[in-house]
Amino acid sequence: MRRRLRYWLHHGERQRLLWEEMQFHIESMTEDLVAHGMCEQEARAAAHRKFGNMTQQSEQARSTWIACWLSDLAQDLRHSFRGMRRDAGFAAFTILIAGLGIGASSTVFSVVNALLLRPLPFRDPARLVWLTNGGDFTAIQTEHYSDLRELNRSFSDLAGWCAYYFPGDHELTGAGEPERLTSVPVTQNFFEVLGVQPMLGRQFTTGESQGKYSAPPAMLLTYNFWRSRFASDPNVVGRRLTLNNTPATVVGVLPASFDFASVFAPGTPVDIFVPWPLTDKAKPSGNTMKVVGRLKPGATVRGAQAELAMLAKQLESRHPERNPIAPRLALLEQHVSGPVSPALFVLACAVGVVMLIVCANLSNLQLARLGARQKEIALRSALGAGHFRLLRQMLTESVALSCCGALLGLVLAEAGTREVAHLHAFNLPLLESVRIDGSALLFTFLAAVASGVVFGLLPALRASSISLREGLQDAGRGSSGGKRHAWVRDGLVVAELAFACILLVGAGLLIRSFLRVLDVNPGFQPERAAALRIDPSFRLSSLARQNSFIDDVLNRVRAVPGMVAAGITDALPLRDDRAWAVAAAGQIYAKGHQPESFVRVVTDGYFAAAGIPLRFGREFTEQDRASSERVVVVNETFARTLWPGQNPVGQMITTDKGRRVVGVVADVSHAALEAASGLEMYLPMRQTGDYADMQLVVRTALPPDRLAAGIRTVLRPIDPNLPVREFVTFQDLVDKAVSPRRFLVMLLAGFAGFALVLASLGIYAVISFSVSQRTQEIGIRMALGASASDLQRRIVLRTLGLALAGLALGMAASRALGSALDSLLFGITTGDPVTYIEVGTLLILVAAIAGYIPAWKASRIDPIIALRCN
Amino acid sequence: MGSEKPKVDLLPGTLDMLVLKILMRGRFHGYAIAQLIQQLSDDLLRVEEGSLYPALQRLELNGWIDGEWGLSANNRRARFYNLTPAGRKHLSQESVSYRQVTGAVARIMGFA
Repeated sequence: MRRRLRYWLHHGERQRLLWEEMQFHIESMTEDLVAHGMCEQEARAAAHRKFGNMTQQSEQARSTWIACWLSDLAQDLRHSFRGMRRDAGFAAFTILIAGLGIGASSTVFSVVNALLLRPLPFRDPARLVWLTNGGDFTAIQTEHYSDLRELNRSFSDLAGWCAYYFPGDHELTGAGEPERLTSVPVTQNFFEVLGVQPMLGRQFTTGESQGKYSAPPAMLLTYNFWRSRFASDPNVVGRRLTLNNTPATVVGVLPASFDFASVFAPGTPVDIFVPWPLTDKAKPSGNTMKVVGRLKPGATVRGAQAELAMLAKQLESRHPERNPIAPRLALLEQHVSGPVSPALFVLACAVGVVMLIVCANLSNLQLARLGARQKEIALRSALGAGHFRLLRQMLTESVALSCCGALLGLVLAEAGTREVAHLHAFNLPLLESVRIDGSALLFTFLAAVASGVVFGLLPALRASSISLREGLQDAGRGSSGGKRHAWVRDGLVVAELAFACILLVGAGLLIRSFLRVLDVNPGFQPERAAALRIDPSFRLSSLARQNSFIDDVLNRVRAVPGMVAAGITDALPLRDDRAWAVAAAGQIYAKGHQPESFVRVVTDGYFAAAGIPLRFGREFTEQDRASSERVVVVNETFARTLWPGQNPVGQMITTDKGRRVVGVVADVSHAALEAASGLEMYLPMRQTGDYADMQLVVRTALPPDRLAAGIRTVLRPIDPNLPVREFVTFQDLVDKAVSPRRFLVMLLAGFAGFALVLASLGIYAVISFSVSQRTQEIGIRMALGASASDLQRRIVLRTLGLALAGLALGMAASRALGSALDSLLFGITTGDPVTYIEVGTLLILVAAIAGYIPAWKASRIDPIIALRCN
Repeated sequence: MGSEKPKVDLLPGTLDMLVLKILMRGRFHGYAIAQLIQQLSDDLLRVEEGSLYPALQRLELNGWIDGEWGLSANNRRARFYNLTPAGRKHLSQESVSYRQVTGAVARIMGFA
């Protein structure tokens, strides 16, 4: 084998030597013949005759060390590249289109691969299970967690993290610029359960996990934070930093492969992890913990589910004082990628359809070119190229073209995946791990070969069936088409149009849904509103101290020129959530039927700053303080739910030691624009200390960014350590909430646009080809008195005929496939007539234009020239 | 030139064996091998050049013969082939099995 390889590597040299050897043979034979009395010239000719075709002989001899197919392949490839050079325009066009198609396919494959196919970046992810409490995203109480962890037999361990962390919860000081960090409190065994080893240092110890919730003694850095803040300094482990004014030690750095945010909280990068002391009584209470578990070998999700349900029932009866618990299990992989899989499925189908259009288009192009190459092919077969050999040569040509396209496609896919991986604002899991890897390369290669075969097959079959006589006859091009041939090309164009129609309908439905979503009134006015986190770096020891801080901040900020309104809240719409059970005074609710309401703690001015309209009663004022009556403002849904048909203003709720409703405001979208907002209540910040963070919300006359510097300047005297990294506009919040939908719409619209361009090119090519083939006929018609407009009408009508056929097929298919989009639509149905009408009009219009250009050219044919040209 | 003798096709696989056998006599170039086969068979066996050179390539690739460049009797550059020990071994195996096969054929045909 090694020898064979060596021979092959030096095959040029060996070929030359073999040639020389055979030359010597002929010479010797000639000499012998001369010795027998033949004249020299005759002898040489006889020797050559006897020896036969030297090239063929050497090829045969060579075939002992080079497989025959390999040298044929090399020959075909050489021929293909020569052909490409000769017909550079065609080759460039083919490579460009195939490249765009393959690039799009590889990009989508990489996204699908990262989000659905590739295992999660944890040890043995197939045994990781996500535990929720009833609803999909509901957390459980830590006390329940501790008991379940102890009692269950299905899991090797359960771990949890605090669901109530917010961007910028912890403030890092004492190491350069103060900075607000996003930190996630986790149970001590969290990384062990996931199977993640710190890259540097160690995990949390039990001791570190028994401190105070408000003052974590240790922290683990995420890889990205380590790189950006500490410049990848390996000596950072063991350093003492100041976190929320208390010292904390860096105990380790997590590996780059562990990306908590991308799996569990897409769109919110995490900086550090801190231990979560479950023993601390002062930790947040209620349903605060999200839980993952690792199944024991052999345990199933179903079995674990049954066991936990039984345990939960026992716990509920033993601890009636706790929140209800209804554990629901799902494999972590399903939980993470489940919600995005319908969208990905649609994307994958769309890109498949794009590839089909690309193939149809290129196939058509090849067929058109075949007319011009007919003589070449006939000549080849006359010289002895067999049917199969011709077929293979044509296929080699198209695969070579599509592989060149794949190279271009890889460049595009590399750029595309890089772009996708950096869409930080997008709320999609695992997006950052999208990249071109080995499997994507393999996919690209397979896609290139497959598409080459698919678009080359029809022309190749056609080429190898060209009859010798027909091909070599110099009958000119007029007769070469033939009925069957034209039918194939028309069919390809109709298929292209039908596919384009399917994509356009899909994209149209999603775009219209997207516009509907953007039209949803979020309950606040995002324009010119922005939020800045301003928690003071010192402790607000009393309500009085807190209120003077609030007064100070608001007075200073409101004095900034260009400020329209300013207020403070603890939770931004579409981002933060916290819910309490609520009850109207004097009402009894059955267990499990008590309404739950989102809680926001706000100051006066917040409603004006966020642009939330007041419906009844009054807003908070500066007078709603600790000393005055405890009040609450609720939203319309809250009022409707608790006091149907009554005036809510003046009513009492028993929640939070009893509060009187003084006003009703509009509903604000809370979880997503597509979902109803639910119950909401607003507590005056000056009456409570029960909130986690302070977000200054401003409404400005100018774009908020312009005022950022001014706001920082006026706040500096109050708290010189105020970190000012984060300045979130409300528009950002809305954008982020719609980002997954935007992602899908952008990609699908891009595909549909590409498909439309390809389909119109296809029509144009077919029509202008048929026109050029019928130049003579057209000349005769015109000479006999056909008017230009008559001619144009005939050609455009033929185009429209094709377009209508494609449209009808495409619409029918769209209607049949529509249900795949069902879960992705909002506000419209899959049969939305407006979309269908718009797509139909667009396609007909484009087809008419694509057909009119050749028609116009045809009508300018000079009959004399046309008739003379043969 | 005299009248051409009827051409006899070699049995498949025998050419390799014949080439190896010829090379037992010493080192020869391709033309000489063809000539020798023809002479030793009283002009009965003729080696097609079209199969000789592939056979030589094949034998060399298998390491049974060794080719090297040298000068022919009339001082021309030619490629001479040597039998290698492996080739010698292969030849003896081949001739044993060939004898068995021809013997069997002969017995059936009633020649023996």
